Amino acid sequence: MTIEINGKQENISENMSLAMLVEAKGYELKKIAVELNGEIIPKSKYESCFLSEYDTLEVVTFVGGG
Amino acid sequence: MIPTRDEVYETLCVRHTRAVQEKLAAGRVAVAGLGGLGSTVAVALARAGVGQLHLIDFDRVDLSNLNRQQYRMKDIGRYKTEALREIIGEINPYLKIETDTVKITAENAKALFTEEDIICEAFDQAVEKAMLTDVFFEELSREKMLVAASGMAGFNSSNLIRTRKVNSRFYLCGDETNGLESGGSLMAPRVGVCAAHEANMILRILVGEAEA
Repeated sequence: MTIEINGKQENISENMSLAMLVEAKGYELKKIAVELNGEIIPKSKYESCFLSEYDTLEVVTFVGGG
Repeated sequence: MIPTRDEVYETLCVRHTRAVQEKLAAGRVAVAGLGGLGSTVAVALARAGVGQLHLIDFDRVDLSNLNRQQYRMKDIGRYKTEALREIIGEINPYLKIETDTVKITAENAKALFTEEDIICEAFDQAVEKAMLTDVFFEELSREKMLVAASGMAGFNSSNLIRTRKVNSRFYLCGDETNGLESGGSLMAPRVGVCAAHEANMILRILVGEAEA
């Protein structure tokens, strides 16, 4: 099925949780925030959050410095 | 003789207009981390007359901080909370300044941010930035707003730094690319540009402007 990640169309398998996607795409879990269809999903919900066709994901990857 | 509370407030009203100043004076902002970003944001908000600031950092001022943070040589070794309270007190002694000299964690964050309407994320480490964002959306009231920063290292163009509205409660300032990981060092001008983005977004929220 097709979803959008940071503005790009991507094909992913059915029945994929957000946790599985983060791991498959190689994001560093501890440095990201993920927005699904306009809502930031807390990390405690990544396992139980399953993706659907046409979902729009935005992954914010923080970099250090302040 | 320092100016009176009334003199300071009336002067700010003349500068900023009374309608704006009333909103800023009613503002309650927490600053999480008092390094190059946080100390600069706090000073800008204090100069603007934001009424209540909650300053949080566990660390002490080190000589290596003076390249970009608002501290002075005489502050070396002091807690950043105490040094910054003194600096702000010399700019406007009539603001309500609260300090907590603790390390912010996923466990204590909720209790630390009960009073403030706006939280300014001003940490150094990417992992801490993400942690605070996670706690904010998991545990904090949906009335609150988060202004965070990512990407301000080096001396790349100032124009790469911007404020982005991620969603209705979350603004992100920075170039989102140039971090400590990419080898850039943190320097006063560019960290200051990013801090000014954060401070200006906070002012905008306080006066009722929701766009980045």
